Amino acid sequence: MSIAAIHSQPMPPEAERWTLPHARSLDAVNALVTAPLYERGLWSWKAWWIAAAVSGAMTLGFLIAVYVVLTRGVGVWGLNTSSVWGFAIADYVWWIGIGNAGTLISSMLLLMRQKWRASTNRFAEAMTLFAATIAGIFPIIHLGRPMYFYWLTPYPNTMTVWPQWRSALIWDFWAILSYILFSIIFWYVGLIPDLATMRDRARSKFAATIYGAFALGWRGSARHWQAYETLHLALACLGVPLVVSLHSVVGMDFAASLMPGWQETIFPPYFVVGAMYSGFAMVVCLAAMVRWGFRLQGLITVAHFDVMAKVMLMASIVMGLSYATEWFNAWYGGDRPDRSLLAFEFTGGYAPMFWALLFCNVIAPQAFWLAAVRRSVVAVVAISVIINIGMWLERILIVWNTLSHGYLPSMWRLFLPTMWDWITTVGSLGLFVLMFLIFVRLVPAVSMHEVRKLVDEEGS
Amino acid sequence: MAALLLAQFAESTRFVEAARRAKSADYRLVDAYTPFPVEAVHELLDQRRSHIRVAMFIGGVAMAAAAYGLEYFSAVINYPYNSGGRPLDAWPAFMLVPFATGILMAAIVGFATFLFECGLPRLHDALFAVEGFEHASQDQFILALERPRQDDELHRALDLFRGAGAVAIREVDT
Repeated sequence: MSIAAIHSQPMPPEAERWTLPHARSLDAVNALVTAPLYERGLWSWKAWWIAAAVSGAMTLGFLIAVYVVLTRGVGVWGLNTSSVWGFAIADYVWWIGIGNAGTLISSMLLLMRQKWRASTNRFAEAMTLFAATIAGIFPIIHLGRPMYFYWLTPYPNTMTVWPQWRSALIWDFWAILSYILFSIIFWYVGLIPDLATMRDRARSKFAATIYGAFALGWRGSARHWQAYETLHLALACLGVPLVVSLHSVVGMDFAASLMPGWQETIFPPYFVVGAMYSGFAMVVCLAAMVRWGFRLQGLITVAHFDVMAKVMLMASIVMGLSYATEWFNAWYGGDRPDRSLLAFEFTGGYAPMFWALLFCNVIAPQAFWLAAVRRSVVAVVAISVIINIGMWLERILIVWNTLSHGYLPSMWRLFLPTMWDWITTVGSLGLFVLMFLIFVRLVPAVSMHEVRKLVDEEGS
Repeated sequence: MAALLLAQFAESTRFVEAARRAKSADYRLVDAYTPFPVEAVHELLDQRRSHIRVAMFIGGVAMAAAAYGLEYFSAVINYPYNSGGRPLDAWPAFMLVPFATGILMAAIVGFATFLFECGLPRLHDALFAVEGFEHASQDQFILALERPRQDDELHRALDLFRGAGAVAIREVDT
């Protein structure tokens, strides 16, 4: 079919694709989204309880691991004199990447007037909050003396010393702190009109009081909406550069060093794309979970998975290009440590993981070229899980490869993770899932007012 | 105490049309309560301009300046540390903290201004007691206008809204 023929075909209105017919009325949107909170009898909640029990046990494991690390020191992990950063820092980068994506996706799509964000932005932003919070734990427990972490703040002290403002680690502290607080504001502002809906649909006085208190007395007046839209848009405009700067700084934690494989100018943008990539993959997993668990097929449609798959396909190409640029620069730069590191990546002790990384992040997502794959929720979720594993491997290998294969051959040592490394990592995933499960039981998982607007525009 | 006439609509198109007709009939539109922003009606209401963005800009810049000031004071005045002749005021390296904290403060100030301009938090409002008002946050649209003083004018307004498809019309004192 020629381009002219494609363009001459009538395109369905936007909402035709983003909602299904049974969800195309204002009351249907409210009923569908609030049902998990107000009509709990419709569900057996068995899956929820099983997930809560499993993630609760994993969270307990995480807490025990943190306790062990805090009382016995970072030696319980597989750290050695060469690989001084291990799982903790890789986990931190992985989580902060996912934590970046929610606000990035939400605010970037808002600025680009992508209306399909309406059904995904709420849990994407919640994902951001939980992931960024978990990310914040890792650098602190990774400090040899975590009790002194507050030395990162500029406070008047008897030692009369100040933080080293030139250090990327100090930038990190401020960037994460600002980002988490900013994300809470962004998320809460978007939630206020929906809390008012919850207040007005409450079946009990208790629910009306709690939701009413958090809705702050929102009445949906023209004045309220005007101020809301001004603020929300302004926050989105600020959110994008903040997110980009945050993950760039995480990239600079590595790039500002003098190690082979780290001191590269490509790191900041490469980290930002990686964050968006893993974030979209996580949003897809959460979207599938919410859609299946709360029967929101009418609001989170196959078209959503299709469009997110396209974004991930694009990101996978950018990631592939970034990897290739790194390899080219290592070869073209001609530095022996860089070239040696590159050879180590492909053939050294971690090589199987490196090949797995390339498969997960670059090869597997190429399946998204096929429309049939993009429109299969199971396939998109499966590839998203693969991408998340691939991105975790990437972060692990960024840390391991360089530290295990630095300038001094006598210092070349592999990192062998211990039980506590695994418990900390897997446990943090449990904590994330647990927080998300609690979130979907307390707060509407989909932004009702934005979907109402979408549905109304389609109707008129 | 202001006497209001609240006309409730089930469809946004009828609501917008009613607002247009009421405006052209010179009724004084006071406010509109809707489950999502309806820009067409916002334009008909004489709203004050929001100062949120200006406040955010001032808050953000002030915080960024304060953060840079702190960095300058600590690194240049209070604890100068000569490391290999590097400049004490390393401004490129000092940029991130003012940037991140400036954005955070802009968001905080923006949120505070938003609350101030909306008159929130306000957990009690006379409108919450109005029957059917709870639909304004869910699936219906309410137009509020100043209740005409003359009876014949009031009847004309009622006719206008009934003709436009209002599902309920109520007189309330707020």
